Amino acid sequence: MAREKTLTLKINGRRETATLPSHRTLLEALRGMGHVEVKSGCEKGDCGACAVLVDGAAVDSCLTLAWTVEGRAITTVAGLGDADSPHPLQQAFADTGAAQCGYCTPGLIVAAQSMLNDNPDPDEDDIRLALGGNLCRCTGYTKVFEAVGQAAMAMKARGGDS
Amino acid sequence: MLGEFDLEIPDSIEEALELLAADDAPAPLAGGTNMLVDMRAGGTRPERVVSLARLEGVRWIAERDGRIAVGGGTTVSDLLQDERIAEHGASLVGAARVFAGQMVRNTATVAGNVAYGSPAADLVPPLMALDAGVTLMSKSASRTVPLADYFTGYRQTVRKPDELIAEISWPKRGAGMADLFYKLARRKGDAITVTGVAVSLALAGGKCAGVRIALGAVAPVVMRARKAEAMLDGQAPDAALIEAAARQAAQECDPIDDVRASAEYRRHTVHMLVRRLVGQAVEHLR
Ligand SMILES: Cc1cc2nc3c(=O)[nH]c(=O)nc-3n(C[C@H](O)[C@H](O)[C@H](O)COP(=O)(O)OP(=O)(O)OC[C@H]3O[C@@H](n4cnc5c(N)ncnc54)[C@H](O)[C@@H]3O)c2cc1C
Repeated sequence: MAREKTLTLKINGRRETATLPSHRTLLEALRGMGHVEVKSGCEKGDCGACAVLVDGAAVDSCLTLAWTVEGRAITTVAGLGDADSPHPLQQAFADTGAAQCGYCTPGLIVAAQSMLNDNPDPDEDDIRLALGGNLCRCTGYTKVFEAVGQAAMAMKARGGDS
Repeated sequence: MLGEFDLEIPDSIEEALELLAADDAPAPLAGGTNMLVDMRAGGTRPERVVSLARLEGVRWIAERDGRIAVGGGTTVSDLLQDERIAEHGASLVGAARVFAGQMVRNTATVAGNVAYGSPAADLVPPLMALDAGVTLMSKSASRTVPLADYFTGYRQTVRKPDELIAEISWPKRGAGMADLFYKLARRKGDAITVTGVAVSLALAGGKCAGVRIALGAVAPVVMRARKAEAMLDGQAPDAALIEAAARQAAQECDPIDDVRASAEYRRHTVHMLVRRLVGQAVEHLR
């Protein structure tokens, strides 16, 4: 039984190959492959900084073994949009000042997108429930909830794409 | 960093059971939200791990033979999005809503919550109050055990190393029945339970029937307060009786002091929460 194998991961729509040991977490794998927009925080599922989408649902990449997501669609915050063409969530976080040091922001945006995939019309309770696994230690959460609400409205207005 | 281990990722439950039948009994890994945390902390160091993450046909919810059944690989998030669970397990939905944060709920499985055997596992009190049964499957056999008999001691269960929890099911709920769960913790989200209470009962002709009171995090295992249940069964629940039953439940539990709360506080909160939840269930049905 091998303890190392070469696998193909589908990251932000591109296929990438890496040789990884069985105990490598998705977080370690992604950062090792240059996807450093995925942040490492507590490494035990408490803080949500490492959240990525796997087939559209946010998971803590620190508690996911890389081997188990072979072939699945992995999306990091950078896969949602970039500075030239920001995703509505990214735009709303910038507009409302929902990011301060920014370390928790990738995970918050990914968690918010995961919620919007199931529920494009969230109320404040839905937003709070969806973001309960993301810790921010600088700004607090009020502007974050505002940003997510704004983004949801913007996305609905333009027909729910992306 | 996690230590090294052999990892197999079967596609079918049959293959997984075949692997678990090996003499050296590899450890099953589902969502990993308990086990990978433990492994990283050095608490467990399995040599061989069988991941259940890619199994086909283990993540489902069904209604059959008068029961609601849930496949072992069903996630906590799945429970929040299903009408049948909402109708026949309001207390379970209540537990799922205060369970961890979204990312953990998206991977944490129902089987993992039960199998881990923590007295603070939040799905267990509601499932126990709903009279759930646990179906264990091995390569050669399958058996169903009442959840109330599943735990034998702190983090000890009746599961044999070659068995998997395939399914958890409970009788459908009807008119005149109510079930409620309350988790007392520091915060609503992402906090470990100090005291968890689930209550299920029916009211027929003004009298309580089928009373179940399940207590979490106040004994080595999630437990039923059977003497308190018996005080209510067959009786018309007035405030004095509910108070007496709640006091009895607090007597029956066996809490410890730990970083989250003292034993005395836990006992007090059992008294208060049982009184509140039984009262609310009765109110709701009147
Ligand atoms: C940040 C954080 C917050 C949390 N918050 C809560 C909370 O609020 N409430 C709560 O109750 N729990 C909480 N937990 C604990 C954990 O998420 C749950 O217990 C979860 O349900 C475990 O499921 P899993 O699929 O991740 O199990 P795993 O970690 O994969 O496995 C747990 C155990 O179950 C066994 N197992 C898994 N599947 C099966 C199966 N089908 N058959 C037999 N054995 C099996 C494994 O061998 C292991 O011993 C939290 C965890 C974290 C990291």
